[in-house]
Amino acid sequence: MKKENSLITRTKLFFAEIGDMTLFAGRFFRELFSPPFEFRELIRQCYNMGIRSLFLVMVTGFILGLVFTLQSRPTLTDLGAASWMPSMISISIVREIGPVIIALICAGRIGSGIGAELGSMRVTEQIDAMEVSGTNPFKYLVVTRILAVTLMLPLLVIAGDTVALFGSAIIENLKGDVSYTLYFNKVFDALSFSDVLPATVKTVFFGFAIGLVGTYKGYNCSKGTVGVGEASNSAVVYSSMLLFIIDFIAVFVSDIFFEV
Amino acid sequence: MKKENQTPVLELKDIHKSFGENHVLKGFNLQLFKGENLVIMGKSGSGKSVMVKCIVGLIQPDSGSITINGHDIITMGQRELDFLRTQIGFLFQGSALYDSMTVRENLEFPLRRHKDKIEDFKSTEQSVQDALKSVGLLHTIDLMPSELSGGMQRRVALARALILKPKIIMYDEPTTGLDPITANEIIQLMRSIQKEYNTSSLIITHDVDCVRVISNRIILLVDGINYAEGTYDELSNSSDPQTRAFFKN
Repeated sequence: MKKENSLITRTKLFFAEIGDMTLFAGRFFRELFSPPFEFRELIRQCYNMGIRSLFLVMVTGFILGLVFTLQSRPTLTDLGAASWMPSMISISIVREIGPVIIALICAGRIGSGIGAELGSMRVTEQIDAMEVSGTNPFKYLVVTRILAVTLMLPLLVIAGDTVALFGSAIIENLKGDVSYTLYFNKVFDALSFSDVLPATVKTVFFGFAIGLVGTYKGYNCSKGTVGVGEASNSAVVYSSMLLFIIDFIAVFVSDIFFEV
Repeated sequence: MKKENQTPVLELKDIHKSFGENHVLKGFNLQLFKGENLVIMGKSGSGKSVMVKCIVGLIQPDSGSITINGHDIITMGQRELDFLRTQIGFLFQGSALYDSMTVRENLEFPLRRHKDKIEDFKSTEQSVQDALKSVGLLHTIDLMPSELSGGMQRRVALARALILKPKIIMYDEPTTGLDPITANEIIQLMRSIQKEYNTSSLIITHDVDCVRVISNRIILLVDGINYAEGTYDELSNSSDPQTRAFFKN
C-alpha cells in the first residue's frame, strides 16, 4: 500500500514538473518577443556556448569519423561494398550520429553548466538581487541562454559533422587508397537536401531542449548547495532523455515529408 | 523621527504569510518614516527575512497591504513594481554580488535600465565611482567579488544598493558573519550613508551593538506579530523579561 502511494506521488510529481516546465517554456516565448532585449548578454552567451564548445565538438567529431570508418570498413570490404563507404558514412553522420552525439556532448557541457550556474545564483540570492534592482532576471538569464543554445547547436553540429567527414576521409585515404577529391565527390553525390535539412532542423529543437531543461532546473533550484548539484545532474539526465524523444519524433515527421 | 502628522514612506498593514502549515507572519504591522532607522529584531525563523522579501515583492503575502510612498505594491503591475524597486536599496545577508562580474559591472548592472530615473545622473562611470567612494572601495573597481574579503563584499553590495540613489534602504542582517571590527565599520558606514543620502532604513539584525548605535525605533517580531515597540532604552530596560532577553550581549 505504501509502495503504491509512493508510486502515485512520484507520478503526480513527474506530471506536475512537466506542467511547470511547459509554463516555463510558455513564459520564455512571451518574454522573447517583448522589449527590452538583452542583445549584449545574448552575444556573450553565444560566445560562451558556441566558441568555447567548438574545440570539444571538433575533437569528438574527428574521433567519431575516424572510429566509425575504421569499424565499418572490414564489414563493407567483406561484402565487396568498400566503394560505398563515403556515402554510407556521410549519410549516417549527417542524418543521425553527428547531431545526436554532438547534442549529447553539449547537453553534458552546456546543460550542466547552465544548471549549475543558475542554481548557484539562486541559492546565493543573486537572482533575487537582480529582481530587486528592477531587472527582469528571467529575460536576462533564461531567455538569453535558451536562445543562445538554440542558435549555436546547429552551427556546432555542422562543424562537428564536417570534421567527422574529414576524419573518415583520412582513414579511407590511408586504408583504402581513396583520394580526398574522390571521397568528397562521393560524399556530395550521396547527400541530398532531404538528408541535410531535417537533420539541421532537429538540432534547433535539440538546442532548445538543452537550454530549456538547464535553465528550468537551475532557475528553480532549492535546497542549497546540494540542490545545485542536483540541478546540474538532472539538467544533463533530463535533456539527454528529451534529445532521444525529440530525435524519434523528428525522424518520424521527416519520414512523412521526405521519402527516406 | 516619528511625527504624528507625517505620512510613512513604507507601511505594512496586517500582513499574513504561511508556508503550508507553517504560519510565519500573523498580522504584522509596520510604519517607516522619512529619515528614520527602524530596526526589526526577532529570533531566527521568526519571519523577519520573509517580511522584508514581501516588501520588495520577492514573496507575495497571503493577505494584508504593503504601501511604499502611498503605492500599494501588492496590486501593482510588474513594470510599476520594477520602477518602484529603483527607490529601494536592498543589502542581502550574503551580499549577493554577481560572481561572474567585476565590481564595476556589479555596480553598472542596476544602471543599465534605470539611469534615467536618477535625478542628477552624470555618467555611468561617475555614478559607479561615487558609490564606491562612499564605501571607501574605489581601488577594488576592477576586481572580481571572489578577490574581496567578506567585509569588502558587504561594502560593495552596499554601494550597489546605493547606486540608484534609493529613498529607502533595507539591510538584511548587515553585520552577520563579520568580525567585530568589520561589523563596526559597516555600522558606521550605514550611519554616514543615512546622513549623506537622507534615506530611511529598515534594518533586520540580531546585533545588539548595531541596534544600540543605529536605531531610532525598534520592533520586536515574535510569533509572527509585533511583540513590542520602542526605542533602544525603552526596550532594553523593559519590565518584560522576554523583551529584555533580546538585548543581552
